Amino acid sequence: LRPPLIRRWFSSFLNWKISLMQHHCRLSQRIFTASVSLSTTKPLPERVKIVEVGPRDGLQNEKTIVPAEVKIRLIDMLSEAGLPVIEATSFVSPKWVPQMADQEEVMRGIQRKPGVNYPVLTPNLKGYRAAVTAGAKEVAIFGAASELFSKKNINCSVEESLQRFEEVMKAAKQEGIPVRGYISCVLGCPYEGKVSPVKVAEVAKRLYSMGCYEISLGDTIGVGTPGGMAEMLEAVKKEVPIHALAVHCHDTYGQALANILVALQNGVSVVDSSVAGLGGCPYAQGASGNVATEDVIYMLNGLGIHTGVDLPKLMDAGSYICRSLNRRTSSKVAQATCKL
Amino acid sequence: MGNAPIAVKHCLNYGALMGDSPWMPWLLQEKKGPDIHKFPDFVKIVEVGPRDGLQNEKEMVPTEVKIQLIDMLSQTGLSVIEATSFVSSKWVAQMADHTEVLRGINKLPHVRYPVLTPNLQGFQAAVEAGASEVAVFGSASETFSKRNINCSIEESMRRFEQVITAAKQAGIPVRGYVSCTLGCPYEGDIQPAQVKKVVKRLLELGCYEVSLGDTTGAGTAGSMAAMLRAVTTEVPVHALAVHCHDTYGQALANILTALQMGVSVVDSSVAGLGGCPYAKGAGGNVSTEDVVYMLHGLGIETGVDLSKVIEAGEFICQALNRPTSSKVAQATNKSKPSLSRSD
Repeated sequence: LRPPLIRRWFSSFLNWKISLMQHHCRLSQRIFTASVSLSTTKPLPERVKIVEVGPRDGLQNEKTIVPAEVKIRLIDMLSEAGLPVIEATSFVSPKWVPQMADQEEVMRGIQRKPGVNYPVLTPNLKGYRAAVTAGAKEVAIFGAASELFSKKNINCSVEESLQRFEEVMKAAKQEGIPVRGYISCVLGCPYEGKVSPVKVAEVAKRLYSMGCYEISLGDTIGVGTPGGMAEMLEAVKKEVPIHALAVHCHDTYGQALANILVALQNGVSVVDSSVAGLGGCPYAQGASGNVATEDVIYMLNGLGIHTGVDLPKLMDAGSYICRSLNRRTSSKVAQATCKL
Repeated sequence: MGNAPIAVKHCLNYGALMGDSPWMPWLLQEKKGPDIHKFPDFVKIVEVGPRDGLQNEKEMVPTEVKIQLIDMLSQTGLSVIEATSFVSSKWVAQMADHTEVLRGINKLPHVRYPVLTPNLQGFQAAVEAGASEVAVFGSASETFSKRNINCSIEESMRRFEQVITAAKQAGIPVRGYVSCTLGCPYEGDIQPAQVKKVVKRLLELGCYEVSLGDTTGAGTAGSMAAMLRAVTTEVPVHALAVHCHDTYGQALANILTALQMGVSVVDSSVAGLGGCPYAKGAGGNVSTEDVVYMLHGLGIETGVDLSKVIEAGEFICQALNRPTSSKVAQATNKSKPSLSRSD
């Protein structure tokens, strides 16, 4: 029975009061959000750890064989650029991967910057022993989320491949050496096609329970898109805590930065990348592979996310290795800044 | 609650207020903002390869090739293809054959073929040549405006007013472009408030849609979000499009951000045609193939047949004697599953 005039007055008074409160709410949101939010319920991490895989994953997939001194100089320049983790080499048999034949020389030759980790790949116990003898303080093992990929690549099932790593895990645990796990084909397989997020979660859980401190989820053929990335992370998060997950995106279809952005929005704060985008894709001849560290850092800087990386020094390292390889950089940031 | 800032207390009180007073909403005006956690169901792609793309390619392309490119693109399902520019041929030699191209293409009934018309003279020539949609091109940066089209932003708006008035009389829709929305090659950072001002002006003058261009490609997800947040406080998001350049590899991440903020129109260029005039040798327009790949992967409909776009891209790259800038095209071209060992 309220007369219309009073109702109108009351309504506009309340509107004014509520808008004042909303204004204060918005202000307080800004006070409590440290880094840029793209949405109000998915804040981005304040800091992201970059795992630089150029010297290993990158060079391993480059045709030109690069001498040990060049590899050592590259790693030293990357250390100067402020990268916290630099995958140095792989203790794999040289007859399989000739690029990594100088593994010991590289390991002993690099200048270890305090606070920087230099993990190495160890495909088996023999490689692990050689790595530790050469001074490695962190190692990495790998599995696949696709059975067919595992069979075609290393001639055994995923479970069998993980069992082979049990000995490495045991030795590493005894000697207090942290182990990182890699999973390939998390967003698609060159043989199986679509890969189930549940399978990825299973393999991630296995690696985590075996003792890996971090699991790097690799979009091996770069076919993933942001939707698939979100779906896969949703499944994996149920089995492995988010702080132990990293993304290793390939830029073969140009989707890497968009996929990384979505991963960050879903709580991931560790990103693998390769200086100058070294390392083509072995499944699509001539196509690109690893995402370029320069381009990732550029995006993270623009989002106000702290990485500790000095972009100009990183670009110096990138142009150095490209000159040595006699190839053009795959980093768009490097291409753009060089010619300005 | 004692030590919490006043703002927080107000927030908590607001929630309590709404909870305790269920009759509140029908008294108040409920404003529903865009839901930024959902992607749009459908995204309209505006293909700018034949105009913006070719205009920034050094190789001169004969008219027949331009016509064939546009005809191939018409078959892909794209609903908007920017055909040419009615600019003076002494400024842009590549677009000298604008009348011939517009008359020569096979116009499909469900496809629109807008053309650029920088002034009234260009507009009239466009209409005579059969144009049924035009576009005008402003800038958020004063310096860029002066260097690019030799006049201030305000003067350019007055020129556009003439075009838009004539277009309104002729029943021809006009699209607006704003360049340098995320940075200017001369001024550096551009204030989002300045972008908002120019966008509003174009919409008030009568443009049905305004395309926000990251001309230098220097924008990131962070600056895109900040710019859109500012612009959408006074401009409806459905009237906005994004025109991202991939010069720093940020285009897809920027487009993703725009989609998350409600934008549902994206400009792109087949094969990533059109380098950046401000960074020699660097990339320019984002490639349509890569955008469509991402959108389809997200379950967003575009109506576009990706394989046909890739074909059109291969055609124009052969004609230009240059490799494609599209990563999807590069990957699918050479893709033969190798059975060789990887890591």
